[in-house]
Amino acid sequence: MSTASPSSAPQAPASSHGLEAYHLHLMEAAKLAAQLTQHQKNALETIANQMARPGRGLLAADESVPTLGKRLVAAGLVNDEETRRAYREVLFSHPDLGEYLSGAILFSETLGQKAVKDAEGRLFPALLQSKGVLPGVKVDLGLEPLEYSARETHTKGMNDLMERCQEFYAQGARFAKWRAVIRIDEAANLPTRACMQINSAELARYAATCQACGLVPIVEPEILIEGAHSAETFARVTEAALSEVYYTLAQAKVFLEGTLLKPQMIMPGVDSPSEGRPRPEEAARRTLEALRRRVPPAVPGVVFLSGGQTEEQATQNLNLINQLAKRPASPFRPSSTTCPWILSFSFGRSLQASVLATWDGKDKNYEKAMEVAGALAKANAQAQLGEYQGPHPSVLKGQSLHETNRGWGANAGEGGGKGESTAGATATVPPSGETAA
Amino acid sequence: MYIYVTIIRLPLITLQRPIRPSLRCLTTSQFTFPTAKKLKLCQAMKIFSSLLLASLVTTCSAFVPLNQVLNATPIKTRGRFAALKMVSRAEKENPYMEELKANARKIGGRGRGILASDESNATTGKRLEAVGVENTEENRRKWRELLYTAPGLGQYISGAIMFDETLYQKTAEGKPFVDVLAEQNIIPGIKVDTGLQNMFGTDGETATQGLDGLGDRCKAYYKQGARFAKWRAVLKVDDRDLPSEKAIWENAHALARYAAIAQENGLVPIVEPEVTLGPGAYSIERTAFISERVNSIVMNWLNRYDVVLDAILLKPNMILPGLDAPIASKEEVAKYTVQVMKRSIPPAVPSIHFLSGGMGEEEATLNLQQLQKEYPDAPWSLTFSYGRALQSSTLKTWSGKQENWKAAQDILVKLAQANSQAQLGQFVEGTHPDGKNAPVFISILRFVLGGCMRLISRQAVEVDVSIAQRKKSQKRPRCK
Repeated sequence: MSTASPSSAPQAPASSHGLEAYHLHLMEAAKLAAQLTQHQKNALETIANQMARPGRGLLAADESVPTLGKRLVAAGLVNDEETRRAYREVLFSHPDLGEYLSGAILFSETLGQKAVKDAEGRLFPALLQSKGVLPGVKVDLGLEPLEYSARETHTKGMNDLMERCQEFYAQGARFAKWRAVIRIDEAANLPTRACMQINSAELARYAATCQACGLVPIVEPEILIEGAHSAETFARVTEAALSEVYYTLAQAKVFLEGTLLKPQMIMPGVDSPSEGRPRPEEAARRTLEALRRRVPPAVPGVVFLSGGQTEEQATQNLNLINQLAKRPASPFRPSSTTCPWILSFSFGRSLQASVLATWDGKDKNYEKAMEVAGALAKANAQAQLGEYQGPHPSVLKGQSLHETNRGWGANAGEGGGKGESTAGATATVPPSGETAA
Repeated sequence: MYIYVTIIRLPLITLQRPIRPSLRCLTTSQFTFPTAKKLKLCQAMKIFSSLLLASLVTTCSAFVPLNQVLNATPIKTRGRFAALKMVSRAEKENPYMEELKANARKIGGRGRGILASDESNATTGKRLEAVGVENTEENRRKWRELLYTAPGLGQYISGAIMFDETLYQKTAEGKPFVDVLAEQNIIPGIKVDTGLQNMFGTDGETATQGLDGLGDRCKAYYKQGARFAKWRAVLKVDDRDLPSEKAIWENAHALARYAAIAQENGLVPIVEPEVTLGPGAYSIERTAFISERVNSIVMNWLNRYDVVLDAILLKPNMILPGLDAPIASKEEVAKYTVQVMKRSIPPAVPSIHFLSGGMGEEEATLNLQQLQKEYPDAPWSLTFSYGRALQSSTLKTWSGKQENWKAAQDILVKLAQANSQAQLGQFVEGTHPDGKNAPVFISILRFVLGGCMRLISRQAVEVDVSIAQRKKSQKRPRCK
């Protein structure tokens, strides 16, 4: 369990994301990582290997209150705690969930909620553990724009991360997630290296902090698919971002065997013209190539995020990726593995959209919605083995699940987590006039 | 757009087409290295055929809508068209890229490694003089001829690194060494750095020189027939403050810049960040810590310089404790070495060739085998790039004498075979040909014959297994 003392936290620098903050994050991360004992490392490695198993993946049910609220309201429901609880209960109730999922990422509020339909009235973490699904928790508090680059962000949540992680561990969480976002805009010369560096430093410090508390950190450098860039640009930015992330993690000596990576599959931007789009096989090949060039074999698993693909697209792309990964690395060495990490899923919208549509807030749809949740998880579990065959259990035909500016907004952190006070933080203003999350 | 594809892109595609390595060349030595004339003929044929194809397609496209044709073509062809848009600029604009990747994969093939025979004239001189051979160009040429003409070497060696002088040398009959190696199915390589330079204000740390004019030198080497290059960066380690930040950054930068230049000119770069075995009682954990750090910094610099990792080879040190620390078992060495590689080297690097610096011949072989046991399904090939571990015994056996030529070549091939078996995990402990493990009756025979030899010649010759064979081979006529 945690042996690091929170009282050694240094004074916060003037800016939360300048050069000073970068070095501070690195130093703190290195200090925490150096204090990790072999016993702690073994425990972390066990959990990470449990999360990254063949034929299993993660369910990302960790939407913050405003983000989930948008979806509930769009489905005609009220955004209150009971609705959110009931919705999560639908997601977690399927009896065979443990055969398709190895973990589920929860929002901090959800960790303390009860499953009322459960015979024993257990809390969600215990319910999930009983099915063999590890509970995880989102530990960041949303995005904040950078002072020196208004359209780029860093992630909030560092100030009292240690205390919150210890509390989450006590509530039953065994892994954590932190979402860092990198935006591509060729016209505006984004992403800047400064943005990638500060986000990498925050990821390193978050990873070291979680490991000190016994939680396995999922490192998520999400590169947005918003924009009109080609898949080639996306691949190059992915490679640059992953290079920065793993370099920073190595500098801070984070225990890589006890972490997971959560990247985006390589695809062209949503606004890019449709003639230049590569075939799915090419996109899968390029995704594998980018990962092989940047992710060290010590990482046990790479879990893809769905990022606005339709449910069917996400499953099919995952399937293709795993089929490609089965081939040996070189024709001269038939026994070599192409990908030494498990390639699995950590889908949010792509595992939930149909469930929400089926459930619709009505108790009579509870059973059906639960079945849909199980069927979606099963399809993706088959895709992880490269054995997915249609038809897809999605009830929404071809609707894009893409949402712009997800994670922004003044309210992004509220609803269960402690609010963060950043000195001098201005209210976030989304650039193109869309309503805040 | 379709006209653009057919008239401009198609010829370029066919010109960039890689020489697909067939699996046949694993078992036979049928790989014929193309001479300059053959290359020109091939290029001419490629241009002619691509023009023919372009004209055919253009006429066809007048009758059949091309998008229908493209949709009907099998996925493999379509994939190649689509792939052109998805590669990054450093790859896209490099005409050698496919060849580089193919060569890198070939060098890292199963059961084969690299012979590092690239010692500078001064270093070679030291080694030759230690066995009583004068350091002249002719002797150096003879020594390298001995190595490269060893029969059957190509079964165990995939590449040979040469020094500048050697690349242009020929056998006694006038056959260039590059041709000799090509016939053996061994890819010639070239050392391109020009030596170490002390960094003032450090504790004896060095930077490696050789970036000036590197592009032109690489072009000349490629023309002569070299297909991969080597650059040795050296870092010292101790318990406290070596290597310094300055030394790591300088060497990492130079390695990255060299690798980019080598790839640009068609040579597969061997990136060698050697954390050298040195005096001191530093632990194996300390070496692992420093090696991990150095490797991750080198990888980051390579990425910043857009070096394509699929087309490089890595030449690191195995993780060993300091010279004054207790010797580590091969299990410990393998465990820490694999841990360091897993944490810092991405799977895209086709193979990792460990250097033998500081290890004895047998130790090097056994450690290599232990690595395969430690990580059997590694994404990169774990193999060797040995200099002294393959040449020490060979040189001692030869000692400059023509009558020992065959025996020395035998030893070399046996050593290469032992390491090849170790790479496959099939080496039997106790059968290492460095002569210290022979069965008992051979040992007795060696002792008796060795005594006789000492009596007769009054030289302190190191007796090895091939004494009996040497006696036999002296009676057999030597065939050319």
